[in-house]
Amino acid sequence: MSALLLRDLRKTYGNRLEALKGVDLEIPEGEFFALLGPNGAGKSTLISIVSSLVNKTSGRVEVCGYDLDRDREAAKRCIGLVPQEVNFNQFEKVANIVINQAGYYGIPRREAIVRAERCLRQVDLWDKRNVVSRQLSGGMKRRLMIARALVHDPRLLILDEPTAGVDIEIRHSMWEFLRSVNRRGTTVILTTHYLEEAENLCRHIAIIDHGRIVVNRRMQELLAEVQTQRYTLELKYPISQVPVIEGYAVEREDAYTLIAEVPPEGGVHGLFTRLAAQGIEVQGIRNGSSRLEQYFMRLIAESGDRDGAGAAA
Amino acid sequence: MRKRGWSGTGQWIALQTILFKEIGRFFRIWPQTILPAAVTNALYLLIFGALMGQRIGPIHGIAYLDYIVPGIALMSVITNAYSNVVSSFYSTKFQRHIEELITAPVSEWAVLAGYVGGGVVRGLVVGAVVVATAGFFTQLQVAHAGVLLAMGTLTAALFALAGFINAVYANSFDDISIVPNFVLTPLVYLGGVFYSIELLPSWWRTVSMGNPILYMVNAFRYGFVGVSDVRLDVAFALIGGLIVLLLTWAYVLLRRGTGIKS
Ligand SMILES: Nc1ncnc2c1ncn2[C@@H]1O[C@H](COP(=O)(O)OP(=O)(O)O)[C@@H](O)[C@H]1O
Ligand SMILES: [Mg+2]
Repeated sequence: MSALLLRDLRKTYGNRLEALKGVDLEIPEGEFFALLGPNGAGKSTLISIVSSLVNKTSGRVEVCGYDLDRDREAAKRCIGLVPQEVNFNQFEKVANIVINQAGYYGIPRREAIVRAERCLRQVDLWDKRNVVSRQLSGGMKRRLMIARALVHDPRLLILDEPTAGVDIEIRHSMWEFLRSVNRRGTTVILTTHYLEEAENLCRHIAIIDHGRIVVNRRMQELLAEVQTQRYTLELKYPISQVPVIEGYAVEREDAYTLIAEVPPEGGVHGLFTRLAAQGIEVQGIRNGSSRLEQYFMRLIAESGDRDGAGAAA
Repeated sequence: MRKRGWSGTGQWIALQTILFKEIGRFFRIWPQTILPAAVTNALYLLIFGALMGQRIGPIHGIAYLDYIVPGIALMSVITNAYSNVVSSFYSTKFQRHIEELITAPVSEWAVLAGYVGGGVVRGLVVGAVVVATAGFFTQLQVAHAGVLLAMGTLTAALFALAGFINAVYANSFDDISIVPNFVLTPLVYLGGVFYSIELLPSWWRTVSMGNPILYMVNAFRYGFVGVSDVRLDVAFALIGGLIVLLLTWAYVLLRRGTGIKS
């Protein structure tokens, strides 16, 4: 069964802005899924529709087999949401936020207290249980929202940019925690605009841009496809013409600089040899941007070309 | 059918959670929520009742102080029930933790009952404090406890609902004080809290009969002293009708997500 199924999902906001332009997505149970996209791509809109915070304009949403229109209550019980921005009562004590959340999901108070303790311990906030939540640091607030999202044991945990603005160390421990949640069988979907995060954590990735899914595939496949590396070569002597070298895409940036794309089967050594054969001597070499990042940039550029209106934004 | 069973219990627990949270909130900030009403009303009782009241004759054979205590108490019920819900629900919206309730499987009825219930409890608690304060100034009697409790509770529920609707439409903190200051206060003061409408010129009496609060004040007063300017059945029918109206309105707003969802 799919943890999440979207069919032709569309959203036009009141100001006539088309935030989602027909999204199809199917995420099987147990998956660790990244929804990657630049700011304004429509990630939060998608997440908010799935979690009932925003009304869709058209299309179909199914959560763990429950249709959001026909079986909203059952669908909601399957979801744990960690929103992009803090949305708990900042004047409430940490423990009460989690205990009340359990109450909203119909969990009797006695059990709610037990569960809240378990969840707060998991995210290392048990010591802070009696602190007024306003006084927590940014990272702690995020962890509080994770504890809150897990208190009713959701089958699907959705996190909207969970590590935005969180420092590296905490980010890594949060990743570790999310992996353990996923290992226990919970489907995890996160949105991010950090490539590294998607690359490190997720087994499947979809890239969303201007309200459309432009890539949707297994992370491994994607990585294999983009293993073509990009290098900047600094030359000893100026050249006037772009050298043609079979198996490599080479561009001339200026008289002393070449940009070369090296496929995994070719290798840098082969490139150097062939350049030398044409009398071109390389003095220095710099690594280009990361593989996925490059791919990501290219996709954004391409989809911008296809979607003339979006390119300007 | 098992699902329906879960749903019933689950909704009940969710409702309790919201209600206890709401009650806890106003008790925690009692110097802002309970104390002011006690102080203001003690002053009313002192000035209008104990000091000036001796120069004002009895109304319907009832000492002036005893005549105005029920109205003053109900005035507190109205303003406190209203302001509890309007400020609590507006700040829930403003701080965005309304999102907790929207994403959770809580029915609109449970949300409404939780917030309105909190307002009713605050209204009744403050009303009771005012009546207790009045005990220092006069020997109060209760003629019809049932009418008293029923009218007190229904009035609190009606104005808690009105506060909820105000909060849904409000976009700023100014918006939550306009209705209490410019609609509620005049209606309450002109609703026969301090006088019997029989003392008014006839045209003004007719106008007053269009003020719903007049009916509530009189029915509530009847619970204490046993006299009323209006018929009780009319008063109960009116408040019942208004509650049904506002309840439907509030439900539709929540269901649509007005002021909450885009
Ligand atoms: N409530 C709203 N009203 C109008 N436009 C909105 C609203 N929320 C988001 N948008 C617009 O929809 C687009 C997608 O936004 P969003 O889903 O927040 O993107 P992301 O989360 O990927 O950064 C943006 O252009 C944004 O300005
Ligand atoms: Mg976003």
